[in-house]
Order: sequence, then C-alpha cells, then structure tokens
Amino acid sequence: MPIKLPSFRPRKDAYPPDLWTKCPSCSEMLFNKQLDKSDRICPTCGHHFRLSAEARLALLLDDRSFREEDAGLQSVDALGFVDQKPYPDRLAAAQMATGLRDAAVRGTGLIDGHPVAICVMDFGFMGGSMGAVVGEKVTRAAEQALADRLPLVIVSASGGARMQEGTLALMQLAKTCGALERLRAAGVPYISVMSDPTTGGVFASYAVLGDVNLAEPNALIGFAGARVQAGTIAQELPPGFQRAEFLFDHGFIDRVVHRRELRSEIALLLRYLVPGDGVDEPPESRPGFTIDPIGFLTSLAEKVVPDLGPLDDAPAPNGGGGGAEAGAANGSARSTRLGRPSTAPTRRAAGRPRATTVEGEATDG
Amino acid sequence: MVDRLLGRRPGSTDDATHDAKSAMWNRVQLARNIRRPRTLDLLALMADDVVELHGDRAFGDDAAMACGFARIDGHRVAFIGQQKGADTEENIRRNFGMPHPEGYRKAMRVMELAERFGLPIVTFVDVPGAHPGPESEERGIAEAIARSIGLMSRLRTPIIAVITGEGGSGGALAVAVGDVVIALENAVYSVISPEGCAAILWRSADEAATAALAMRMSADDQLALGVIDRVVPEPGEGAHADHAETARRLRAVIVGELDRLGRIPLPELLDARYRRYRTLGAYTETATPPVPPPSSRGLGDRLRDLLDPARWLTGKTGSGPSRRDEPAAREEE
Repeated sequence: MPIKLPSFRPRKDAYPPDLWTKCPSCSEMLFNKQLDKSDRICPTCGHHFRLSAEARLALLLDDRSFREEDAGLQSVDALGFVDQKPYPDRLAAAQMATGLRDAAVRGTGLIDGHPVAICVMDFGFMGGSMGAVVGEKVTRAAEQALADRLPLVIVSASGGARMQEGTLALMQLAKTCGALERLRAAGVPYISVMSDPTTGGVFASYAVLGDVNLAEPNALIGFAGARVQAGTIAQELPPGFQRAEFLFDHGFIDRVVHRRELRSEIALLLRYLVPGDGVDEPPESRPGFTIDPIGFLTSLAEKVVPDLGPLDDAPAPNGGGGGAEAGAANGSARSTRLGRPSTAPTRRAAGRPRATTVEGEATDG
Repeated sequence: MVDRLLGRRPGSTDDATHDAKSAMWNRVQLARNIRRPRTLDLLALMADDVVELHGDRAFGDDAAMACGFARIDGHRVAFIGQQKGADTEENIRRNFGMPHPEGYRKAMRVMELAERFGLPIVTFVDVPGAHPGPESEERGIAEAIARSIGLMSRLRTPIIAVITGEGGSGGALAVAVGDVVIALENAVYSVISPEGCAAILWRSADEAATAALAMRMSADDQLALGVIDRVVPEPGEGAHADHAETARRLRAVIVGELDRLGRIPLPELLDARYRRYRTLGAYTETATPPVPPPSSRGLGDRLRDLLDPARWLTGKTGSGPSRRDEPAAREEE
C-alpha cells in the first residue's frame, strides 16, 4: 500500500510546533514560513538550511516536468537488525515523518528545458543514509541515463551508508560506482551536487565521481565523521575542515554554488556537456551567458497567461530577478516581495525566470 | 514484537544472546590478533617469488598498502593488500594498516599495470578503515576510494579478493571488488567498525559486541548474505597459530579460482562481476500508480486549499520545504 500522508504535512507546516528557527550561523531568529519562502536560505547571512527532496526537485526542475520512477522501492530488513529499536520500526517512523519510502527520489525532468535523469536525496529520512533502496535508485538512474543518453544529475544529502543494512549497504558503493563507470565509458555526462551533509559512503562513491562536482556553500562534505576521527586519531581539526570551501581549496569540487544559482549553473554546464539537445542557444546570444531568449519568452508567456497580469518587466535587475528564483519554490505572486537586494548580485544568469512552480507535485509520496 | 518481549525473559534466550555476542566478539578479536598473518607474510609463504612495487607517482609511497607482482603456483599475478605491522614499531610505520589516499592510488596504479600486462589480481584485505585524519581528507581519501571501487568494477582482468582479517568499510571495499570474494574463517567484514556503530546507534562504545552481532559481521554471516562467496577454514585456534597452514589452504583456493576465472572469456567475466554487485541489497518493489500530479493529493489538502484562498490563488499547494534542520550528521563512516 502506498504510504501517503501528505495530508498531515501542510497542517504541520502551517502551524509548526515552533514557528521560529535559529540560524546556526548568524543566530538570527527566522520565521519558518519566511525561511521556506526563501528556499531555506537565511536571509541575513545566507546560511543554507537542508532541503527536503521535494523542495529540491521543485528548486531544480522546470515546472511540472518531474516524472517519478521507482517510487515503490522499499528497504527490507535483511539482517534482522535491532538497536534501540528494530530497523523496520525505524523505517516506518521515518516514512511517517517524511512521507517518503526511502531517502532518495529519482525520475526524469527538465532543467531549463534540458531533459535529465535526476536522483535527489533527503536527509530527513534516517539521515539520508544509503541502504539498498538508495543504492538501487542511484544505479537505476545511472542505467536509465545510459540507456536514454540523458545527462545524470544526483543531489546528495547523506550521512553515509546505512548501518542497519550492514555490508549490504556497503555493497551499494560498488553497485553505484560500477554503474557510473559504465556511464562514464559511454560519454554520458554526470553532474554531482553535494549539499549539506555529504559524508561517508555516499561521498566515497557516487557523490565524488561527478564529471563536474558542485557543492552548496558551507556544506559538510567529508569521508570520516568527527566521532570516527576522535576515536582513531587525537588531532586538532583545522577550521573549516570538511566544508565545501575546504574541498574546493583542495581540488575536489569544481564550483561552490549558491542555492539560487544552482539551477542556472547546471543548465549552463549542460549546454556544454550535451550539445545539440535542442535547447542550445546560438553562441552570439549569450554575452556572458546572461540572457536566454527562449527561456525569457517562455517565462514571459507564463507570466502573462496564468498570473492575470502583465506583471513586471521580467529582466529588471531586482524585482523580476529575485522573484524568478524564488518562484522555483513559491507562488509567483510573491515575486516582488522576495526581490531582496541581497539576492540581486547573485542573479546574473537570471534570464530565464520561471514564473510559477506548483509544489507538492514533485514528489508525492 | 511479542515474541521478542517474551524472548527477553530470564533464562535460556538471554544466555543464548550473551553466548552469541561473546562468540562474535571473539571473532572480532581473532580478526584483529596482532600475530595474524599479513599480506606480505602470506605471500612469502604461498608465492614462489614476490616483487613489491612502490609509490603512487603523485604524492608518495604508503607503507600501509603493499602492492606488487607474485608468482603463485606458476600463475603470474599482481597483488594488492593492506599491511599491518607485527609489532608496535612496525605498526606505527605502517599506520596500523590504515592507508592514506596515496595507498589507494598506488593500488590503482598497479591494477592498471596488471590490466595492461594481462595479470590477474589477488587482493588481501585487512584494514580497520582508511585513515580518517585531516591529511587524508585533504588529499581526497573519498575520491581515491570511489575511483578504486569504480576501477575494479571494470578492470579487464580477473580479480580475486581475500578478506584475511578486518574488512573495515570503504577502506576495505576499495580493494575488495572482485569476481570472487573469499574470506578466512575468522575474518570480519562490516560497513563501520563495531565501536563506531555502537557509539552512534547505542550511544556507548561499550556495546561494540552487541553492534558486531547486529551487523552480522562474521565470515559465515557474510557468506549467507552473499557478500562473500567462499570461506576458507583456519587451522586450530586461528590463522595466527599456524601461518604456514593458513597460507597453504588459502593458496589452494586461490590457485583453483585463478584456474577457473582464467577460463572465462573477459566480456562474460566483466558482465558477471557487474551483476554480482548489481544484485546485492534487499528491497521490495511495490507497484505504485505513476504519480499523477496534483489531482492525487489527499482530500485534506484539497479541503485546505478551499479553505485557504490565498494559497489556492498563488498555486502553492502545501507542504513545501518546511522541515526543521536536523542535528549534524557526521555519523557513519
């Protein structure tokens, strides 16, 4: 029976037990609703909070383009694992809490018109840990990408392999890496996006193997957790250790990308990696890659039709811009309100505003 | 659940659990025994000659990882294996058998060498885990492990992996992807050290034995799970008691597998290797209706939308990204 409890979630969202979240970075108290509207980025300091799989898909993909695959995959307790709680109980609790069956959601969709195979992880489901289902979904995503020659995008958010599945979870490293090697040999691009956190077995398998590795600012990315390190070696850890910028400095990440730019960055990379997929623009029309005429027209049309108003001048630096990005997770009516000055400088590739995105459509259970 | 509660009643079951736990912990201790034969010890006993190769050609040479060529019963092979020390001094030099990234990169270099010159590969896995320190992270331990796993999954030469002692997580798997995976009887294989697992799930390192049992890390359990293919019995009290006999038994199995794998055409071998890992992991697949977008939302959502005109107008249908940030997740290895 499909597990489907979304009917409880809006209520929880509307009246959360505590309405405020304290930003761990700048200690500002943030109103949760406001935080959601701003893609869970702290408006004061830009701290990136974690995103659910659903919100991540809404953020990255074109409106209504997501088609979920393998929604029915569910883990089995092969070991009979019992710690404080039996593993099946933990699974059930996580399913109740998130409305997901496991920590990854996969399918196909469009990123700025580019068709992609996509798999996103949700840290809220047992710490995003990788068991057989996550491994299987990543592998199937890679196999589908290979079969259909679609570029693969994986957004990781995970504490590592799922201990409750023992070595079978460890074997998912081999499974996913094997599939990605085939993808690599066939010349199908793979973009890996690491969000906070990407550690352990997930980082040491598919997350680090991207043809292009992107990461969100200040995301925790590393192999061994602090506790493992403390138990093994008694050593001071350098400041900023295992953060996205640390990995960038050491050459393991191509670009550290602000969440609001992620979608346009991926689209930009796809234009290089998948030439001739029909969504390329002629080179002369992208001076500094700031404008995407097709996207612009589409977005204008979208704005005019469903939003009952000529609204604004789409590429206006501030209002239109902020609204476009925020639109990925919000209704368009808020566009102008959200156009904060702080977001303006980050919006250079905002030529393709998407006016509306209907949420809740992305992953429905 | 009831059974489990009933099973906890004082008496036989409790004792049985306790016995199982101590038996498992005994295995873990055997796998970690300092006198257990190491990669180079085993090779010295089973090979006709051995040439060790050094250096990853990029950073340095890792003494925790031994690589090279060996001749076993007339078979030329490339060998790769973690090397722990036989005493404290050697252990410090060899970093207790915990390789840094350069160790795995050296291993990959030798694997590619083996592929080019048509040598089958035999790996010996005995590692608590890859070295977890800052210098390891700086040089990309995760990248080295992932590349090594990927490389082994496609290498065009037969690979035999032998778990001789501790098979600790990614640091072990990085050299343990093969066409056939063999384990010595008292070897253990796990996704995280039992101490680490206990610290995370039981919040106490004292529960390591419980964690070891729960993870079913013994060779026999791993055989039952399909993670390994063969178990080689150890003589007497264990491999540490009789190195020569252990090497003799292992040699017979390795030679047999070399003969067998050598007869399989490469494409078939690679396909079987891919499928071997492709099929590991237990899940069920429920047939679900393809997700029909908004109309599939629950009655509650639709009611709320009706009652909340603002939401309805803006097309925001609910849920959204709201989820409070969870505690930091530096957990599993």
